[in-house]
Amino acid sequence: MRRLVVTIILAKLIRPVIPMDINVKMDDLSEKENAFNDSIQAGKVIEPKDWMPEKYRKQLLRMMSQHAHSEVVGMLPEGNWISRAPSLARKAILIAKVQDEAGHGLYIYSAAETLGMDRSEMIDQLLSGKAKYSSIFNYPTLTWADIGAIGWLVDGAAIVNQTVLAKCSYGPYSRAMLRICREENFHNKQGYQILAYLMRGTQEQKDMAQDAMNRWWWPALMMFGPSDKESPNSADLLKWKVKLFTNDDLRQRFIDRTVEQAQAIGLKIPDDKLKWNEETRHYDFGEINWDEFFQVINGNGPCNKLRLKQRNDAHANGQWVRDAAKAYAAKKKVN
Amino acid sequence: MESNHQWPTWEVFTQKKQGAPHEHAGSVHAPDGEIALLNARDVYSRRQEGVNIWVVPSDAIIASSPEDAGAFFDPANDKMYRSPNFFKTADGLKQI
Repeated sequence: MRRLVVTIILAKLIRPVIPMDINVKMDDLSEKENAFNDSIQAGKVIEPKDWMPEKYRKQLLRMMSQHAHSEVVGMLPEGNWISRAPSLARKAILIAKVQDEAGHGLYIYSAAETLGMDRSEMIDQLLSGKAKYSSIFNYPTLTWADIGAIGWLVDGAAIVNQTVLAKCSYGPYSRAMLRICREENFHNKQGYQILAYLMRGTQEQKDMAQDAMNRWWWPALMMFGPSDKESPNSADLLKWKVKLFTNDDLRQRFIDRTVEQAQAIGLKIPDDKLKWNEETRHYDFGEINWDEFFQVINGNGPCNKLRLKQRNDAHANGQWVRDAAKAYAAKKKVN
Repeated sequence: MESNHQWPTWEVFTQKKQGAPHEHAGSVHAPDGEIALLNARDVYSRRQEGVNIWVVPSDAIIASSPEDAGAFFDPANDKMYRSPNFFKTADGLKQI
């Protein structure tokens, strides 16, 4: 609020105050919106204080808060294996990765706050179950190989998404994505290496890796969201360059780059219809089970309730740390 | 739920290496400057991305307004002679 006040004061110094948007006629508003759309087409990057249509702000807030929540909830399935990582090195690496996910959540919350919503409000929406996060984290991590599959497939899919988001029209989001992409490559590689090592091991270890592949492949493909024909927000988001490619384009890009990586370490992709298509220069692939996708999104995945409980518990368990920090700051102020 | 994460925001500026300017990295929430610095280090410099960090209370920053950019930066508009490219001199010289 104070930031806004400063802007208004500054504006008053320079020229007479113009009436707020409420008094602007519809024609003026659509004119403003057209100018906004044109500037985006011309490659302008939007910054927090620029005028933007309310729908643009809302869509971005929805997307960015969901994205931040996904980073935060994403710590849970992996945190599950920190105490059971097979070596000290693996444990240190996994802790660093999970800490990165917390950092990613914070970058995106920070960027989302520039759109006028407090982080506390976003977090409350997550804790109450009102806000959505990526469905992939509602699947369980049953074996150590799952940690490999998450780093390689889940973070691999996220990289494809985020590399494109780094070029989106909203400045703070795009800058957060650039930072995230740099760190995400470490996540991707450490996951792939876990599976590569298992595939060089005993038959039991190989089976464990293949089992993780079988369980994570399809949910990873679902991470890109439903086909754009059924994605209600796609048209607006594409127009505003919040999205630069369709969900289907990005899914295809992920498949094309991942198949070879699987083959290189001897993992089989659990899709009989997967085949290189010489004509399209892409892999053809089988039908995705969208029923499962919508089931999980609507709260009926294997771990939806568990994740929400874990997140609420983690938040409650951190209360004493927040209290202590607050008390310490207050004490220093008095002295 | 009590609003326990309503600490004020601090803008974070990191210096990549000695001699480089500080650049805006993002923001953190913290009850005071000291904790803001620690949070800023953990959030924006986990890979030695910085050798120095500034944190500034967000509401201490006074920014110019994008809508007024035209009028605000107007004094510089008609002074192209401040750029060396303004001056056409002899062709074929290696310098000047």
